[in-house]
Amino acid sequence: MNGITINNISKSYPLKKGKQEALKNIELTIPEGELFGLIGPDGAGKTTLFRILTTLLLPDSGTASVNGLDTTKDFMQIRKEVGYMPGRFSLYTDLTVEENLNFFANIFNTSVKENYHLIKEVYKMIEPFKKVRAGKLSGGMKQKLALSCALIHKPKTLFLDEPTTGVDAVSRKEFWELLRSLRAEGITIMVSTPYMDEASLCDRVGLIQQGSMMGVDTPQHLRNAFGKKLLSVKGPDMLQLLRQLQAMDTVEHAYPFGEYHHAVLKDAAFLPELPANIEVKEVEPDIEDCFISLMRTHAG
Amino acid sequence: MKQFYNFVIKEFIHIMRDRRTLFILIGMPVVQILIFGFALTNEVKNSGFAVIDLSHDERSAQLIDELDASRYFEIRGKFQSVESLEQSFRKGQVKIGIVIPSNFGKDMERPGGASLQFIADASDPNVANTLINYANAVVLDFENNINGEKKIPYTIQTETRMLYNPQLKGAYNFVPGVMAMVLLLVCTMMTALTVVREKELGTLEVMLVSPLKPLKIIIAKAVPYLLLSMLNIASILLLSVFVLDVPINGSLTLLVGEGILFILVALSLGLLISSSTASQQSAMFISLIGMFLPTVMLSGFMFPIENMPLPMQVVSNAVPAKWFYIIVRSVMIKGVGLKHVWKETLILSGMLIFFMAMAIKKFKVRLA
Amino acid sequence: MQDRAITAEKLTKKFGDFTAVDQISFEVSKGEIFGFLGANGAGKTTAMRMFCGLSLPTSGVATVGGFDVYSENEKIKNSIGYMSQRFSLYDDLSVIENIRFYAGIYGMSSKAIRVKAEHILKGLELEAEKNMLVGSLPLGWKQKLAFSVAIFHEPRIVFLDEPTGGVDPITRREFWQLIYEAAGEGITVFVTTHYMDEAEYCNRVSIMVDGRIEALDTPTGMKKHMGVGSMNEVFLQLARKATRTEN
Repeated sequence: MNGITINNISKSYPLKKGKQEALKNIELTIPEGELFGLIGPDGAGKTTLFRILTTLLLPDSGTASVNGLDTTKDFMQIRKEVGYMPGRFSLYTDLTVEENLNFFANIFNTSVKENYHLIKEVYKMIEPFKKVRAGKLSGGMKQKLALSCALIHKPKTLFLDEPTTGVDAVSRKEFWELLRSLRAEGITIMVSTPYMDEASLCDRVGLIQQGSMMGVDTPQHLRNAFGKKLLSVKGPDMLQLLRQLQAMDTVEHAYPFGEYHHAVLKDAAFLPELPANIEVKEVEPDIEDCFISLMRTHAG
Repeated sequence: MKQFYNFVIKEFIHIMRDRRTLFILIGMPVVQILIFGFALTNEVKNSGFAVIDLSHDERSAQLIDELDASRYFEIRGKFQSVESLEQSFRKGQVKIGIVIPSNFGKDMERPGGASLQFIADASDPNVANTLINYANAVVLDFENNINGEKKIPYTIQTETRMLYNPQLKGAYNFVPGVMAMVLLLVCTMMTALTVVREKELGTLEVMLVSPLKPLKIIIAKAVPYLLLSMLNIASILLLSVFVLDVPINGSLTLLVGEGILFILVALSLGLLISSSTASQQSAMFISLIGMFLPTVMLSGFMFPIENMPLPMQVVSNAVPAKWFYIIVRSVMIKGVGLKHVWKETLILSGMLIFFMAMAIKKFKVRLA
Repeated sequence: MQDRAITAEKLTKKFGDFTAVDQISFEVSKGEIFGFLGANGAGKTTAMRMFCGLSLPTSGVATVGGFDVYSENEKIKNSIGYMSQRFSLYDDLSVIENIRFYAGIYGMSSKAIRVKAEHILKGLELEAEKNMLVGSLPLGWKQKLAFSVAIFHEPRIVFLDEPTGGVDPITRREFWQLIYEAAGEGITVFVTTHYMDEAEYCNRVSIMVDGRIEALDTPTGMKKHMGVGSMNEVFLQLARKATRTEN
């Protein structure tokens, strides 16, 4: 059975002049038990898609189902079966860690005791602070509490909208480790992130930009599909080097990439002639390179 | 049901942890009643009055004496023309003038009766209105005294208000007014704010994606404020009776029942505001400008409605507090029963149904 | 002295018993892109406030653009630019109104503003949108415009607070190219961030842990020294030592 099915969903928001298309004809199928990453920058449409799947918004056209239930017709049933963590921290800051958790367990007609095994791993990291008000926790702790609250009713499907945004690197790593272990429990997880480097931690990823799904596949397949030679270049004057690369006929596209510049070569092009003090090596494309390349093809 | 109960408990925790707001909600009615009852009372003592007596007979002299003798008025001058009276107004010496037409005494004995004209300094309409009312009461007294001696009653053409408030106590007007104001503030504004706060926090988003019925969430949020308002009614009534000596002449049950009706109207207004706004700031703004100001201005408790231009009088009918104010005044001070306020009660009930239906219709089970 | 944009010597800031910034020492050269990294609560913001002249140090010495942070903070404010991801431009003002407003703050003449604005809008390919409200521009354009506005008055140093979090990869590259160009013109760029991939673009980075600078090197040097492949891993290794949590 499929955990999540999305058929040709579109959604736009009215603006003063015209409208803003948040999602354009999205097609997606996520099998049960998959850890799926929705990767794209701010404003790509990630949150809108989450809200449609969690029954908070109706699509303009198209249909979607979660756990085999229609998001429009069976919305009350879906609300019983899914866990949702919105992009903003959405717990009661004036309640303590423990009070928040008990409250969420209660509104889902369950108790913390009943499903403690599910949240044990997350909760034990925040348990020392259980008498502390949620508003006083650090960013990483807040995210862990929010995850506990979203999990407490043993949802079949878990929606996490940018859980790692604004969280420091250590907490991010811990959070992903938690998601991997939840996946082992058989929960379908859909998680969105603006960080390209988190793609490799997902079973499959969808690259989304300006409301369009540019590609859906495993991270490895996406990289294999890059299909062009990619060079990593470094020199003493990086700005000069970048301008030089961008001006070359054999280079399709060149851009800064951390300490290096990346240059995508035109089909079957030879390595360009560069001075000896320039360090050049051929590299495997990163998900970010793939994203850039897909953005360019989609922009036309 | 357990979900609902737990939700209400959670709301109470929010209220209890925000001590400052809680203190204001409980302390405000007390402070307001005391301020209005003592400091701001528009009971006016020994105000200057002037007379233009065109009659110069026994009766007119009697009336002037009686006005001067009352503790509200003190004669400051006698004039022959309205122009000289106006000058005295401008100097601020007198607040009210009485014009006694010629043949006043004789007219009283005629079937049509005599007439009197009051001219008040309306730069402070509140004081002016109060003084007119006082003067009317004195004239009425005067009339009654004379009629006691005669078999055929004499009549003097003046409108008499404050008929049921012979001591003319200011606090009588304020108690129902403050009650309406406080209930509106606690129920409408606080309810609107508490729902919108969850919208702002993003917690409403999570609540919606839960098996809780959205309407249940809203009602659960209103329950603590309902209870808090009941507490406020109690404290206002206790203070009125024991500190301000305002008696409860009518049935206490009826009074409390009407109070609950008004609370429900205010709550549904609060819910309506909360479902139409997205930020605490705009909820606050709408509650204050849209609800609080009309209540103060148009309910009749600060400024008499009968002195307003006609359009304003029409608008005042849409202000729930106006009807509540009439009800409380009637029940508490006149001591009348439901059969005298059924019309106002019906209007409030109609408003309740209307606002509740609007609030439910506008409430969304989704985000947009 | 001329080619040192920022110097700090045992710079310390205490709030009561709590030492937010603990004796940090470093130098940033003119035209350098310096990454100032640390977890939330490590002391980055406190340190940056001292450099911007918003907060007085408890002890230590520091200069920004050659000016002393204790006594010359007004001069410092005139010689720096600032841009943060959270707030930088007014959404309800048009592109040109935003430029005029910010340039006006720094006392530039109307004529100078007009000439320079034209130049900048041309460079950003925003000439057609100059009368559009900033709120209606795509996020990427907003970020690039915000940076151009931050260096409009030609400051010696520009402070960037998590400038490219959440923007798409292409815009992000264009943004870094703008930064490289600014640095090429001699503007010192001081980037505070907790996004480790942003750090990879800097000439040198420092990593703050619990109020102290735990490491200071080029990204390559740091990775080599720790024997790892990315700044993220460098950071993970250092941040594990942290005892302090965000307050």
